[in-house]
Parts: sequence; structure tokens; C-alpha cells
Amino acid sequence: MKWMNRMLEGAGYAMDVACRSVGYMFRRPRLAMTARLAYDYGLKSLPVVLVVAFFSGMILSLQIGIQLAANGQEELLGIVVAQTFAREFGPFMTCIILVGTAVSAFAAEIGTMKVSEEIDALEVMSIDPVGYVAAPRILALTAMTFFLTLCADAVGMLGGGIVAVTQLGLPWQVYMDRALTTLEGREWFGLPKDLYAGLLKAGITGFVIASIGCAQGLRAQGGALGVGRSVRRAVISSIVLILVISYVLTWFAYRAFAS
Amino acid sequence: MIEIDNLSKTYGERRILRHCSLSVNRGETLVVIGASGSGKSTLLRMIIGLATPDDGTILVDGQDVHALAPAELSRLRRRMGYLFQSGALINWLTVRDNVALPLVERGKTVDSEIDDRVERALRNVGLSGTEKLMPSQLSGGMRKRAGLARSLVTDPEIILYDEPTTGLDPVTAHIIDQLVVELRAKLGVTSVVVSHDMEGVYRVADRVAMLYDGRIIATGTPGEFRDAGDPIVRQFVSGALDGPLGDRSAGPRPKSASPPNREEEGAPPQGSPNKE
Repeated sequence: MKWMNRMLEGAGYAMDVACRSVGYMFRRPRLAMTARLAYDYGLKSLPVVLVVAFFSGMILSLQIGIQLAANGQEELLGIVVAQTFAREFGPFMTCIILVGTAVSAFAAEIGTMKVSEEIDALEVMSIDPVGYVAAPRILALTAMTFFLTLCADAVGMLGGGIVAVTQLGLPWQVYMDRALTTLEGREWFGLPKDLYAGLLKAGITGFVIASIGCAQGLRAQGGALGVGRSVRRAVISSIVLILVISYVLTWFAYRAFAS
Repeated sequence: MIEIDNLSKTYGERRILRHCSLSVNRGETLVVIGASGSGKSTLLRMIIGLATPDDGTILVDGQDVHALAPAELSRLRRRMGYLFQSGALINWLTVRDNVALPLVERGKTVDSEIDDRVERALRNVGLSGTEKLMPSQLSGGMRKRAGLARSLVTDPEIILYDEPTTGLDPVTAHIIDQLVVELRAKLGVTSVVVSHDMEGVYRVADRVAMLYDGRIIATGTPGEFRDAGDPIVRQFVSGALDGPLGDRSAGPRPKSASPPNREEEGAPPQGSPNKE
């Protein structure tokens, strides 16, 4: 029961941090700090996102392509890779990478501030740590998740295309035509559904995992050991929630609002 | 100005404060002394609302600190300054930006005035010329002084100092003590200082209170403390190894040898079995 109480308490606090941060994003956005954080935690994660997406696209294309070719359906490869990346792989992979590069860093950085009394110092100066420390990080990571997911989608499709051409003998034009047609084909509120459903999923997940990282940091106590514990909790909660959110949003996009 | 009444605090199994009562008058400098871990910093944190008491009240200018709404507590804190033991500088800001932070966040001061006030605050603590340095480039003592400059820059009515001179060289410690005295003399600042440094205590205190075993066991002027008859107080201010506080070189005291508690036994301590 004790762990359950602690878990609910942590979830409640993370929701509180998330809601208050949204308020601060409108009341006092701190754009300069947000831009610096977006560069540090978002743009600097771009190389790893690109490498992982490129190779994932190649692996996916090879695995599926071999099966499709066995049935003479390799022309469908562009559709499969494009939809997989836009709907699921792009957002999922980007968010998992950001857990390692940004969320853990948020928890460690803010946790260290907490145990070294910097957070207390902000409170004493009547500065809300949520507005000063958490809100810019959450805004930066949410914005960068959209951007990085878009990059992952593009590079994943590129990797898949290279394998389609070099390993399966599919013409580049056929692969790309099928890929782009399938993305443009379905509209959702006037926009390409697969692409925007994936980006929306990425944005919501980015917002949630950034809030968890900041909230865990703000709850850290007990020196270096406590900071380590906060980082571990932030990473575990974020990975679990990425999967849960991904399922729930997929259900909404493709079952509840199926078109 | 500050009324502490019947304050108690427990961390886990450990009782830090037991029914502490204390008052600080407007414009007075009260120094709280006591052994490490006796609850001095906890007391200070509760005065500014960073820690919550289990029991008792703290009134600052008649306002119950722990019954205030967040906005009211925020308004009250704007009248107060707090010096943390480590300085607690924000690690990604320069010294200048750290000291300017409370003024910038309040948003009512023009940039040129902020620069002037930051420059003056840094000069007062002997840190002129360090404006562009990052906290990681400062020594422990310099970080503490920059933290003090940040506490002073808003001209607070009340300043709480958590061991302001610990870790500083004797001359710098003297400068800081002088600054505390000047703030009281010139601006009538009310101060609560937590300290171990008895030389500094004698320099800055109008009144001294000693915490022992979670209770305030004595209050008085620095002169009264210097000539204290109470063996616990006398041992603490002299730093003697032998006495009721225990011979630290011989390890922890057995429980039966701990000094009698005045409030429980109704009589002052009668000295130590180890006393020569």
C-alpha cells in the first residue's frame, strides 16, 4: 500500500506541475530560456534520432520487404514503411530517445538543484520553481518532440527506400510514390491523417514525459542517492507512459475517430 | 516582530525541536547557537516557510507563516532575505544574474538601477569584479558571499542567516559580521543568525539563544553567555572537550551520562560527571 500511495502522490504531483506549467507558458513564457533548452535537449538529440531512425527504416524495409517480395507484393513496401513510421515508429522512437537524453537530464539537473537548496532559494525569492525551472523545459521538449518526430519520419522513410532500391530492386520512384500517396490519401480534419496523428501523439507524449522528468526532479531528496532515485523513477514512468499514451491515442485516432 | 510559540518538529523517529518558544524584536539581531544537528537550520527554515512544524506557530508581524495562502506567503517572503549555508546560487546564471534575480523577477526595477544595486551588494560583500563568473568558478566562501549579496539586494526588513561565516577566512568572516552590524545600525534590519562561530556571535548579537536537545535552554546577551554559569552553555561557548556535552574524542556519550533537562527536572544542570 505504501508504494501505491507514493505512486499516486507522484502522479498527482506530476499532473500539478504539468497544469501549472501550461499556465506559466501563457502568462510568462520565458522564450530565451526555452530556446536555449530546446537547443540543448532537442537539437543536440537530433544526430542520435537520425541515426536510429535511418537504421530502423532500413531494418523494417528489409524484414517486411523480403516477405512482400516472396508474395510478389514488394510494390507495397513504400506504404508499409511510410505508415509505420508516421503512425507509430517515428513518435515512439523519438520519445524513447528523449527519455534517455532529456527526461533523465531534467530529473538529474532539477534534482541536484533541489538537494543543493537552489529550489529553496527560488521559493525564498518568491519565484515559483515550476514557472522558472519546469515550464521552460516542458515547453522546449514538447516543441522539439514535434520537430524530431518529423525528422525521424523522413529519415526512416529514406532508410527504408535505400534498402528497397538496393536490396529488393524496387524503383525509387515507385517506393516514394506509394509512400507519399498513402500519407496524402487519408485526411483528418482536412490534414494528412497518418502524419498528423503521429505528430499529435509525439507532442502529447513529449509534454507528459517532460512533466514527469521535472516533477521527479522537484521531488528529489536525500543527496546524490535521492537524485539517482528520481532519475530512475522518471525514466521508468516515462517509458511505461509512452506505451500507454501511444495505445490510447492510436485507439482514438483509428477506432474512435476512424475515417 | 517574530514570535515563535511552542514549536515542535520531528523527522522520522528523530525529534528535532520540542516546544521551542522564542521572540525576536524589530531591529534586533538574535543569534541561535547549538551543536550541529540541534535543529538551528530547521528553525530558520520554518520561519520562512520552507519547512512545516508539527506543532506550534510562527508569527511574523502578526501573520501566522504556516497559515498563509501561497500568495500571502510570497508577499511576506519579499520582505525577507535568507542566506543559505552553501549560497544556493542558480548554477546556470552568472554571479551578476544571480544577485539581480530577485529584482528582475519582481519586474519593478529599471535595468540601470538593477546594475547599481547589484554592484553595491557585491561591493558590500567584497566580491566586486566577479559579476561575469559562473558559480562553478567560485570558491565555497565566495559562493556564500554572493548568496549574501543576493539576500541584501532587495533591502529586506528581515534577514535570516544560516551560518554566514562558516568556511570563510577570519578577515572575510569579520567583514561579513561587520555588514550584519551595519545593516542593523543603518537600516534597522531584523536578523536571525544561526552560527557556531562564537567570536562572530559576540560581534553581531544583541541577544543569543542556545538550542540543546531540541529546546531553547538559555537566552541572554553575549556578555551573559560569555560568563555563563550553566555548564552546557559554558562548555559550548568555550569549546572545551570535557563537560556535559560529552568528550567528543572519547566517542559518543552513554545515554545515562547525558545532562539533565531543565524543563523536565525543573532545575539547572548541576555540572558534568566528567568535570575536573
